[in-house]
Amino acid sequence: MFAYISRRLAVSLIILLTVSFAVYVIFAFLPFDPAALTCGKNCNDPGIIEANRHRLGYDLPFFTQYFLFLKGLFFGRSFGEGAALINCPAPSLGYSFQEHACVTNLIGEALPVTFSLAIGAIVMWLALGIGLGILAARFRGRIVDQLSTIFVLIGTSLPTFLTGLLLMVFVVIRWHLIPFPSGNYTPFLENPFEWAQILFLPWLTLAFAYAALYTRFVRSSVIDTSNEDYIRTARAKGLSEGVILGKHTLRSALAPIATMAGLDFAGLLGGAILTESVFNLPGLGRLAISAVVKYDLPIIVATTLLAAFIVVVMNLIVDILYAYIDPRVRVA
Amino acid sequence: MTLLKVENLSVDFPTPDGLVAAVHETSFEVKRGETLAIVGESGSGKTVTNLALMGLIPARTANITGSAIFQSHDGPIDLLAIDRNELRKYRGKDIAMIFQDPMSSLHPFYTIGDQIIEAHQVHNKVDLKVSKARAIELLELVGIQGAATRIKSFPHQFSGGMRQRVMIAMSLVNNPSLLIADEPTTALDVTVQAQIIKLLEDLQIEFKMALILITHDMGVVAGAADRVNVMYAGRIVESANVKDLYANPLMPYTQGLLASVPRMDQPHTKRLTAIPGQPPSMIALPTGCSFNPRCSRKSEVSGSKCETLMPELTQRGDGHLARCFIGEGV
Repeated sequence: MFAYISRRLAVSLIILLTVSFAVYVIFAFLPFDPAALTCGKNCNDPGIIEANRHRLGYDLPFFTQYFLFLKGLFFGRSFGEGAALINCPAPSLGYSFQEHACVTNLIGEALPVTFSLAIGAIVMWLALGIGLGILAARFRGRIVDQLSTIFVLIGTSLPTFLTGLLLMVFVVIRWHLIPFPSGNYTPFLENPFEWAQILFLPWLTLAFAYAALYTRFVRSSVIDTSNEDYIRTARAKGLSEGVILGKHTLRSALAPIATMAGLDFAGLLGGAILTESVFNLPGLGRLAISAVVKYDLPIIVATTLLAAFIVVVMNLIVDILYAYIDPRVRVA
Repeated sequence: MTLLKVENLSVDFPTPDGLVAAVHETSFEVKRGETLAIVGESGSGKTVTNLALMGLIPARTANITGSAIFQSHDGPIDLLAIDRNELRKYRGKDIAMIFQDPMSSLHPFYTIGDQIIEAHQVHNKVDLKVSKARAIELLELVGIQGAATRIKSFPHQFSGGMRQRVMIAMSLVNNPSLLIADEPTTALDVTVQAQIIKLLEDLQIEFKMALILITHDMGVVAGAADRVNVMYAGRIVESANVKDLYANPLMPYTQGLLASVPRMDQPHTKRLTAIPGQPPSMIALPTGCSFNPRCSRKSEVSGSKCETLMPELTQRGDGHLARCFIGEGV
């Protein structure tokens, strides 16, 4: 097991290096001059542009720039000199001259928002998707199953921005089921109740779409597993239907769900762009989108890299978890 | 002493294409400690008969009628009439079953120890340690070396033959009085097949249990069985002591089965005879005797009796039953 994890860690590291390089190549060869962009819209003074270029290190050769970027990740980095010295401590992802802030700090503010959104949503959709999926499989062809099919159909066809707006219009404005989310995002540690109140609808929006997918997946996985020979063996032993489902069927049926949930969670952590936009949440998705609109290259590089990092790490966690669930994977 | 008396067991599966009469009015008995072999081609109803007895056919998918009186540890019960939940108490305790494919019959995520212990725990309110000791004892009995450490192994760490031994150990953990073995050697190598059959025979004596051996291997039948039921298209077509059956097969289908087995006492240059044709579709059985389209001897019966009437299963001597117009009433 230890050898397995070490090997996977090494591979993950290589993947991350490759991704960071690829992202940096895109960054360096985009047809925009980052130095000119830092100078604002009406900046035509070549002197200022060149000074900026030097300050940011954009005048250095490509590989030196990439190396400095990597070095900044581990040792921090400073830009400019003298009175205009800006220091971004490790892990430094660069400096955004449009936001006038170290990118790491910007991400540090946005990540908790996205994390809060993702964690609540995944809890909701796993509970709903797995529960409904099992019920649909257990009572296949009956009313519960048919209702779940309708739910799946609606959930998979509605885009999240529409679900979000519909929830907003009906649940909040028309029916007053929950009060209008007042003001801005509140961190969990500051006021957990307000945190949950503001995030409830975004959670529901995301959970709705994912739960539909999971319901369908869990349903077919449970049905497939129920037809396995070893389930017949369990029944032949004289086990009760509850034990057969809970211990024998679900263990196998839900193993692939762990992989799916891990990767979906990673995808969301990279930024739930639509949901964050609809509900005005200052998360990673919104940070990335506004950076793209403004050609804020350091932020684009950083958010892309972060998303890749999260996916790679979640993959690793999922694989280790899977080896724990399925003993056949351990020896491989 | 009759352990199991099955009467008029029928199993029908309603399908979109029509009713599949997988088993039709089958009656037979199993005595304590004896081995009953059920032979026949794929789809002849061998497995369905036994799954029905074990209550392993989902109730919604089939119509099961008839009775099967079984002498359980607390008196006679009708396996087909008893409540499914009630049947659980006997399943795995009084009647155990092993299946055709040991590769897929064990749960891949649990150690074999866990799986055997679980089978013991369901029917015995004892400490886990007791069940564990019992599991090790049985694994040793079925010939697994180093059972005390092997109980921590997962099924994928065993070969097919070893897995079938594990299945056998698991089925015997509660001292069943009847073991149903559904083609226990079909998925295994020939050399391993012989070992498994030998093991089953030895254990049968040791545990004093009856064995229903489902197989299509006539060689296995000759060596292991006391009685043989030959099934064809959902019906028993011949039933006899193993010696009588091999010495004097009465039904042309049985004769065909025996003629298709290679024999040591025949010259090796002699070609094996095959039964012509295919088993019939279970939805559209031929009228008359189900075997008549493939029967090579139906010309011996006057008129077109074989094509129009289903022969009855009739007595042809001491405990020898056959379903054929040939030799009937002689």
